Amino acid sequence: MIYFTRFIELVGGDPQADRAVPPTGFTARLTLFTAGAMAFLAVFALALSLATGRLADRWASELARTSTLRISAPVDQVDAQVRAALQVLETTPGVAAARALTPDEQRALLAPWFGPDLPVEDLPIPQLVEIIEDADGYDPTGLRARLQAEVPGAVLDDHTRWREPMIAAAGRLRSLGWIALILIAASTAAMITLAAQAALAANAQVIRVMRLVGARDIYIARAFVRRFTMRALTGAAIGTGAGMFAVWLLPSADVAGGFLTGLGYQGLHWLLPLFIPPLAAAVAFFATRAAALRTLREQS
Amino acid sequence: MIDLDNVAYSYGGAELFSQVKLSLAAGSFHFLTGPSGAGKTTLLKLCYGELQATGGQVRLFGEDAATMDRDAVAIARRRIGVVHQDCQFLDHLPLTENIALPLTVSGREAEAEENLNDLMGWVGLRAQAKQYPPQLSGGERQRAALARAVIMSPDVIIADEPTGNVDWEMSQRLLTLLIELNKMGKTVLIATHDMNLIRAAKSQVTTRVLRLKDRRLMQAGVEL
Repeated sequence: MIYFTRFIELVGGDPQADRAVPPTGFTARLTLFTAGAMAFLAVFALALSLATGRLADRWASELARTSTLRISAPVDQVDAQVRAALQVLETTPGVAAARALTPDEQRALLAPWFGPDLPVEDLPIPQLVEIIEDADGYDPTGLRARLQAEVPGAVLDDHTRWREPMIAAAGRLRSLGWIALILIAASTAAMITLAAQAALAANAQVIRVMRLVGARDIYIARAFVRRFTMRALTGAAIGTGAGMFAVWLLPSADVAGGFLTGLGYQGLHWLLPLFIPPLAAAVAFFATRAAALRTLREQS
Repeated sequence: MIDLDNVAYSYGGAELFSQVKLSLAAGSFHFLTGPSGAGKTTLLKLCYGELQATGGQVRLFGEDAATMDRDAVAIARRRIGVVHQDCQFLDHLPLTENIALPLTVSGREAEAEENLNDLMGWVGLRAQAKQYPPQLSGGERQRAALARAVIMSPDVIIADEPTGNVDWEMSQRLLTLLIELNKMGKTVLIATHDMNLIRAAKSQVTTRVLRLKDRRLMQAGVEL
């Protein structure tokens, strides 16, 4: 609460304290650029985290409840094997529904590779059967044994070998996104600390005079802290705006339908990057305050 | 006001002075003299809390300087007006803002307007009010430093070679200002090796002249 009050006072500013410390162009530009660049990267890191989170959830929910049965047989035996397989599935505990994919659905699955006009009926393509599990799920080992006996051309794919590494990969990507955000915040703090120290060193004479006339450390620090906080806020606002615009320009998942095209914000998630500028300002506030008070102690 | 009791100061293992006893009573006028390098400036810095003694005790307004935190020292410094030989100013601020700086950092900016005009007239710098420190002559800077030192109406005024960079006429003018302040009840401590200045002061006000030599502080000799 104390820090919040100080933060508000800081934004309000003390024009006299500000005037006492002359602006230093080099550190001002460095802080603005750093905050802007880091905010830009943070927008992408946040988008990556959110997108991979969504991806992991979607894969988990979509793939967890479905399996696929692939029936490879001579063309004249396919229908009989499909019927036999459906019978087996209907009597398997844990299977809520099972149905053979229509030629149109199979054509749609192959369309990305062979185009939309593939004559699937005339090609020796395996017939796919979609299996929907109920809440309890089925026993894949038992089902495989039954299918082997009754439908020799059937191969059960319960998606485990796809799902688990993909969900793990998505989870790790999400973690990497958050780690990137933490590293961005730490790098911002480090660079602003360096810039603040450079500004303090460049203003050693100003500090000496202010001390001579009875200025407390916090008064001197405040002039630097306010300046750096406002610069970080401005830079981060620009960087965030640019980052959000760049994310908005990314192709939408609906249009291209690929893996990478979902790396954007959806719905209310568009509000989350708006927290980046105040967070950057908070990072600058604490980093500059700590650097200023430490440097002032060391200079005495 | 300010008391030094058996104070010693060493720097880099070498003792600059020791067994220094000094008491700046309210309304007193002291000169501190001695050869260059004897430690006059260091002794003054101990008196306004910029340095810590390595031995003995320094009391600022009754408080042991060694136990005062940095804020307490800063607040004590507001009761001490300091004039340096090299007159440190903020070169990017006009003279009036430089002189009002002690009020500004104390949160008493409102008092600046009523005090500044009189003060600028008192030190004869009304015409230079809007100028910046680099535009001022040595004498003008010294008078501006004195104005800044007294704007808070401090109890003690400490001046380190205030006439070091000015001609005799300006020295007399500055001395007159310092004597006026002393007559208003302010305690004055001036470090100088200008014997003529000390003689001129002694003819106008009761002073105590101290000499820092051979690492000891003593009463100055009869040559004065």
